[in-house]
Amino acid sequence: MDFSLTKEQKDIQKAAREFARGEFDPDVALGLEKEGQYPFEIWKRACELGFIGMHFPERCGGQDLGLLENVLVVEEFCRKHSGIGMALGLSSYGSEMILRFGNDDQRQRYLPSVTKGEHASSLAYLEKDQGNDFTSFKTTAVKKGNGYLVNGKKSFVVNSTLPGPIILVCQLTNTTSHGEKVALIVEKDTGGLLSFPMGGRVGMRMVPLASLTFNNLEVSHESLIGDEGQGHFQLINVLNEMNIEAAAIGTGVAQGAFDLALEYARQREQFGQKIGSFEAIRDRLADMDTRIEIARLLTYKSAWSFGRNDGSPKVNYMAKMVSADTALEVARDSLHIFGGYGYMVENQIEQFYRDASMVDIIGMPGQTEKSLIADQIIGKI
Amino acid sequence: MDFHLGKKQKAIRDISRKFATEVVAPRAEDIERTGEHPYEVVAQMADLGMMGIPFPEKYGGGGGDWVSMHLCIEELSRADTLLGAILDVTTSVVGQELLIFGTEEQKQKWLIPIAQGKELGAFGMTEPDAGSDAAAIKTTAVLKGEDWVINGSKQFITNTGLDNTSIVIITAKTERESDGKTIICTILVPKDAPGFKVGQKYEKMAQRGTATHELFFDDCRVPRDFLLGDINRGFAQHLAVLQTGRISIGALTTGLAQACFDEAIAFIRQGSQGNQSLFTSQRVPFKLADMAMRIELSRTMYLKAAWLKDQGESHTLEAHFAKLYGSETATRIAAEVLKIFSPYGYLDEYPISRYFKQAKLFEIVEGTSEIQRLVIARGLL
Repeated sequence: MDFSLTKEQKDIQKAAREFARGEFDPDVALGLEKEGQYPFEIWKRACELGFIGMHFPERCGGQDLGLLENVLVVEEFCRKHSGIGMALGLSSYGSEMILRFGNDDQRQRYLPSVTKGEHASSLAYLEKDQGNDFTSFKTTAVKKGNGYLVNGKKSFVVNSTLPGPIILVCQLTNTTSHGEKVALIVEKDTGGLLSFPMGGRVGMRMVPLASLTFNNLEVSHESLIGDEGQGHFQLINVLNEMNIEAAAIGTGVAQGAFDLALEYARQREQFGQKIGSFEAIRDRLADMDTRIEIARLLTYKSAWSFGRNDGSPKVNYMAKMVSADTALEVARDSLHIFGGYGYMVENQIEQFYRDASMVDIIGMPGQTEKSLIADQIIGKI
Repeated sequence: MDFHLGKKQKAIRDISRKFATEVVAPRAEDIERTGEHPYEVVAQMADLGMMGIPFPEKYGGGGGDWVSMHLCIEELSRADTLLGAILDVTTSVVGQELLIFGTEEQKQKWLIPIAQGKELGAFGMTEPDAGSDAAAIKTTAVLKGEDWVINGSKQFITNTGLDNTSIVIITAKTERESDGKTIICTILVPKDAPGFKVGQKYEKMAQRGTATHELFFDDCRVPRDFLLGDINRGFAQHLAVLQTGRISIGALTTGLAQACFDEAIAFIRQGSQGNQSLFTSQRVPFKLADMAMRIELSRTMYLKAAWLKDQGESHTLEAHFAKLYGSETATRIAAEVLKIFSPYGYLDEYPISRYFKQAKLFEIVEGTSEIQRLVIARGLL
């Protein structure tokens, strides 16, 4: 048992912290947030410095590092600014599908450009009215000639306006693996693909979101990831990994909100003393810091155990669930410490609160994690 | 003991509900998006006599009671909390302060148009360094000849800068003539007073339709007889009417929590099978059961406080309970319903996204939760 980070991990954490401090200008962020624009320049620079996809193998443009290193970076980014941090953290969203299950050609073709900031990736899996159920989709791929014909609709697809591939998971029909799922790589300029931007929302406003309509869209067989019928397994695996990313985002957002509240509690005076000297505020800060530490421990543990033989996805679900809840509660309490100031847009804390509320939908949305944890611990009765 | 509403109370509730459903609800999203004060809706409220419900008929009111007033606040807030906030400030605080402490002349001049809803009033207490510590104000009023000369600033002041804002009741420090001791008095500042300036409108996280501004007093002059009530008791007078404001926030947040709950029920009823399946297991139904219980408790609390007020009995604790429990209940329920709607509820087109952002405000305004607990605790010993 050893809870310390290696020297290399500490260096990476420090580099990410310094990058965020230098590049995430609060005024620029306020403007991007207001306009709902992607932090394009900052993303490019983050890629130049190797912060995106560092857990990819070197031949795929990465640095052969572990998931924990990636978590440290995402956490630091979200800590400095929830909006920019989420945008950067999600820029490679779903590219793990290609990394884990794609063939060499696909990896070479798509992954280096994701780390270089030429491409962002998108994972299209959610459908409207689907609830927490991933076992069946309405979007279908029908085998046709040497490829597939795709029809249907996906929503909450991230990075929709950025260049880069869409990894689509849909239902397979008309084949031997009828009823199974399939994962396909779809290029954004393909005929038959329509993208409808999803507009205003509570948080995560810098991340372009769209619903996609597939109308007799043709996909070649070369775009199939892995084998037919593996889509469900692949998706669950990738979402498990995305849960770790979401947990890192949640931990970072919580820490960032807490940093702001702590600073404010130290300098704000009421009733002739710093408000940080009032027991009610001190208790609240102590509770927040405790919760963040718990979220961080679970997040790091989930990143550490990922890919290990004795690893179980249960810890990923727990990490995501705890981090998402912690982000929301800590951001809420942090805003509260600011009083009326906290509710004003000029103060970053209101954005942390809005963004924190959306950590829950990254990876597995809603309360899917809770059901999956229960499945694992209870088993078949 | 009788928990039934009276005939008139029921009629006011029903009219308010009808108005809220037919007139307010369809406009609520627009108001939040544009941030524009809904003059036309407020004018219709005035026509229905809503601003004057608890005031005597001779002062332009409806001769009703505070229970009716608060039923109206709950119903309007169920469609848009903005209108509940307008009623809270206009009627519960400003109108009532004029009614109790104003001279006959002041009532004729200012209360009647407010009770009739032709004009709106505001109260200015908060300053940059006087939030929770409301007595720490720096604004001064000095009597020079026949005028008060006011210097200082106020912040986060609701109902200001509107075409029909007539007066702001401000708290200011002044020296008592007899012994030179510094006391806090309340003064009526008409919108056209020389030296009075309304600053930029605040950009808030939500509740954007509320006209909230910073106010500046630069050698602002108002006539001597614009002092409200007893010069020695300005602060106490103000706190006395804020007690009713707390009941109003209790009613407002009950309406908001009810609105969130209504959304959840509609989502499950009208939605697809995916939504309906939420109700066939236990997680969501149990949450809904808790929500229904808390909303009912919140409602019962504000009604009891208002009833005690109508009986002329002490209701300090009850008013604090109503505000504290109501606001915390609304914030909690909004976050829970957002989860039920996940991920769609985060989009602006779903009212729950708006409710979630609005709810947090009411744990802060008119005394933070900490101030409520502080005063409740003091009352216990």
